Formats: sequence, structure tokens, C-alpha cells
Amino acid sequence: MSIFLTLFINGLAEAALLFLLAAGLTIILGMMGVLNFAHGTLFLWGGYVHVWLFALTGDFLLSLAGATAAGFLLGLCFERLFIRGFYGRPTAQILITLGLMIVFTELARLLWGPDAIVAVRPAALSGTLTFQGAIISRYRLFLILVGAAFAALLHLLMQKSRIGMVIRAGVQSAEMVQALGINIRSYFSFVFAAGAAMAALGGALYAPMVGGVWSGMGIANQILAFIVVVIGGLGSFGGSAAGSVLLGLGGAAIAWFFPPGVVVGHVLLMAAVLSFRPAGLFGLAVRR
Amino acid sequence: MPPVLEVKDLSAFIGPFHVLQGVSLEVHAGETAVVLGRNGAGKTTTLRTIMGLIPVAGGRIALEGASLAGLPSHRIARLGVGYVPEDRGIFDLLTVEENLQLGMMRRDRAAIGRRDHVLDLFPDLRIAYRRLASTLSGGQRQMLAIARAFLNDSRVVLIDEPSKGLAPIVVDRVRDAILEIKEHRTIVLVEQNFALASAVGDRYFILNQGMTVDHGPMAGLLKDRELLAKHLGMAARP
Repeated sequence: MSIFLTLFINGLAEAALLFLLAAGLTIILGMMGVLNFAHGTLFLWGGYVHVWLFALTGDFLLSLAGATAAGFLLGLCFERLFIRGFYGRPTAQILITLGLMIVFTELARLLWGPDAIVAVRPAALSGTLTFQGAIISRYRLFLILVGAAFAALLHLLMQKSRIGMVIRAGVQSAEMVQALGINIRSYFSFVFAAGAAMAALGGALYAPMVGGVWSGMGIANQILAFIVVVIGGLGSFGGSAAGSVLLGLGGAAIAWFFPPGVVVGHVLLMAAVLSFRPAGLFGLAVRR
Repeated sequence: MPPVLEVKDLSAFIGPFHVLQGVSLEVHAGETAVVLGRNGAGKTTTLRTIMGLIPVAGGRIALEGASLAGLPSHRIARLGVGYVPEDRGIFDLLTVEENLQLGMMRRDRAAIGRRDHVLDLFPDLRIAYRRLASTLSGGQRQMLAIARAFLNDSRVVLIDEPSKGLAPIVVDRVRDAILEIKEHRTIVLVEQNFALASAVGDRYFILNQGMTVDHGPMAGLLKDRELLAKHLGMAARP
């Protein structure tokens, strides 16, 4: 029984990180129609900036905040400098974001070197505790709390604020929002940068969980985030949360019982969901 | 008196297709201009081009003398052009209240008054105020789309096929709503349902293959069976 509790906690912690990565991806795709292949790179940069700042300052929260801010600024630059001129041109967007992924991954390698860098957890979040015979990582509990807090905050922002209302409407029809006198392009920069900031925070939190940061961690997690977006449905925060939990828990179980089957398991999970709900769990009919 | 909206020799492409090749129309304050024509004549494209959703390739669009050509659609809306698209443009996952809120460019006393007025005009919307728009019937969705376009002090409102897909009894309600609202607004209406078009229209413009081929007062069109048969496919009975 205790192993199931441990797997449950581990799976939820992975889900929290996936949610941070996928939530921005799904809104950027749903509202702006941009399939952002550079999203995983922002996750990667979040990890590197966090490890670098933590080594410099020794302040865990400050380095998390710094990594998030770096992600926000990078996202803002990506949108303003590279993506803004190519809305409505998906092929060009794919090529540009793929190019950004390659360039900024290589730039990270140039800045921090090709080898993995060790990422340590702060003392307060190190170690384990035992509950009902199950060994539970303090850091993973922290990740679950952060993920849940972000999910709640985003839910409030999306449901109770004007900007959330415009984003929800924009995911359904950006053109109609424009025709109502709202300059939706002015929201695009903020949404892109906020999504990038969440991805960077995800990377910053991920590095101490796995014990290091390396240049390949962006693409590996980006693939998982794409699977979450497909499972959850385009443009849906709720779908991202549900997809993350499904993939996190499923992945943790498969990793324990049949480690070589993790990747295949993720893809099969996606195929199973799509065979029952082709638009994903909470998919929308999107008009552009 | 100059027209509120003037479209002159409008030309526009959709992809490689030269859909509008010379559309001209004008509507004066307080009038309802009806744009008629067979399927594919360019009616919807005309409204979308006026609204800035399709680029202008040539010609002139002017709102009270000021050119709209080349402006983004949010600027055109803010200058005073309301729009009810063919598919209604309702945000299904927003409530009726949120759909109306999005349509309000200002939240001053006048705007709140107009919102209360449209809710009086469409009591179904008041009842469903806090419900998701996805739960509305086809007629209620059309009411919501029309109500949303009238929340602002628009100079002109473009309405695209409001009767499309609605049962005849619901079309009657839409007609009554437009008749009520035309008292306060200048309207350009695209409509295939000739009974509705003739009930609300003051002037007509007939499009054919992307060009305006005839126009005049609605009363004149009603008497001209030959013209109705030629351009609208209606039986030319004596």
C-alpha cells in the first residue's frame, strides 16, 4: 500500500511541473495559433538561470523568482522580435520557433557548458518524511503545493478578471474579439511572456528534483507538454491540469512497474484518450 | 446630407480569388440598407472587408467621411462600426453576461443603460444572464449577438444573415428586434430571406459576382418583379 502512496505523490509532483509547462503552451496555441517549439527552451533556461542564481546567492526563492523573470523577459523578446510579424502563418511560426529552440539551446550550452550541472535542493526542502509507511520526498510535496497554488491562481485570473475573460474569448475566436473593439494583439505579448515565465519556473523547479540541469532537458519535457496539450484539449487550462495529472500519475506507475515502457506508455495514454475524445478531454471548437 | 457609411468601388481578394470587384453602397443616418444577392455574390465578404477582417485591395470605405481602409478591425469597431457576423460570433464558454461585457467598450452610465435596454428587449437573455452561452438556442444566440452589437453608441451596425438557420417563428422575433433597434441605429443588413429584408429595409443594394448591379429604395424593388427574378431568383409573377 505504501508504494502506491509514494507513487501517487511522485506522480502528482511530476504533474505539477508538467502543468506549469503545458498551461502556457496550450493558451499560446489556442489563443494565438502559435505552435511554440521554443517553449521547452524556456523551461531549459529557467533551470539554468535558477541553478546559476542559487549558486550565486544561496537564496532558493530569489533564484526561482529570477528564473521566472528571465523566462518572462525572454518570452517578451521572442514574441516582439520574432513571432509578432508571423501571426496567421503557421508554417513560418513553426520554422521560427524551431530556430529559436536550436539557437537558445546552443546559447545555453555556450554560456553554461555542455556538461550537466548539479542542482541542489535547499536544506528545508531536502530529505524525506514517512507517512503510513510510505517514504515521501519533501521537495515533491513542495512541488505539489506550488502546482496547486498556480492552478488555483490561474483559475481565479481566468474566471474573475477582465484579462482572463478576453483570453478565454480569444481562444475561441481572436477575430471576433477584435471585431468587438478589443486589440487582442496587445494581449498576445503578455500571454506569451506569462506562458514563458511559467515554463521557466517549471524548469527551475525541475532541476533540483532530478538533481541537475543539462541542455537536453528542454526538448524532453516539451514533448511531454505537447502530449498533455493534446490529451487536455487545445486552449483549456482545466484540460492541461487534467492531462498533467493523468500523464504524471500514469508515468510514475509505469516507471515503477515497467521502466522501459514509460515513453510508449505516454503515447499509448494519449492515443487512448484521443480514441474516445478526439478533441481531448476539454477540447474546444476553435474558430480563427 | 453625407452618408454615414460610404463604400465606393470596393475590391478585395480571398486568397487568389478576386471576390469583390466593384462594390458600392451608401447608407444615411437612420436608414437600414439591405444587401441582397445570390450565394457567392460577395455579400458577407463586403461586410467583412468593411469591418477590416479582409484587406481592402482597392476602392474606398468611409465612415462619416473618414477612411476606414487599412485600419485594424478593433480600430474600426472603436470608430463606431458594430458587427454581427454570419456565425453570430458568440463565445460559447463565456456566460451571457460575459459576452455582453466584452461587447461594451465603455462601462459608463449610458452603456449600462443600453445594456439594461437590450435586456428588456430580449427577456430571454435576462433569464439566461449567468448561464453559459453554449446553452442558448439558435434564436437566443442571434438575440445575444444583436444585443451585443447595440451596446455601444455605434454609428452603423453591420448584420450578416440574422435569419440563417432559424425557424420561421424565430425569424419573426429577429425581425421585430431589428425593427425596434433600427429606430436608434443605422444598419447595413445582409439577408437572403427576402421577407425579412423587405420588412426592415429602406434601401437595397443588389450584388452580383462581386459588383453592385442595382440599388434604390426598397419600395421600388418590391414592385420590380423582373429585377427580383433576374438577380434574386424569385418567381416573376404578374
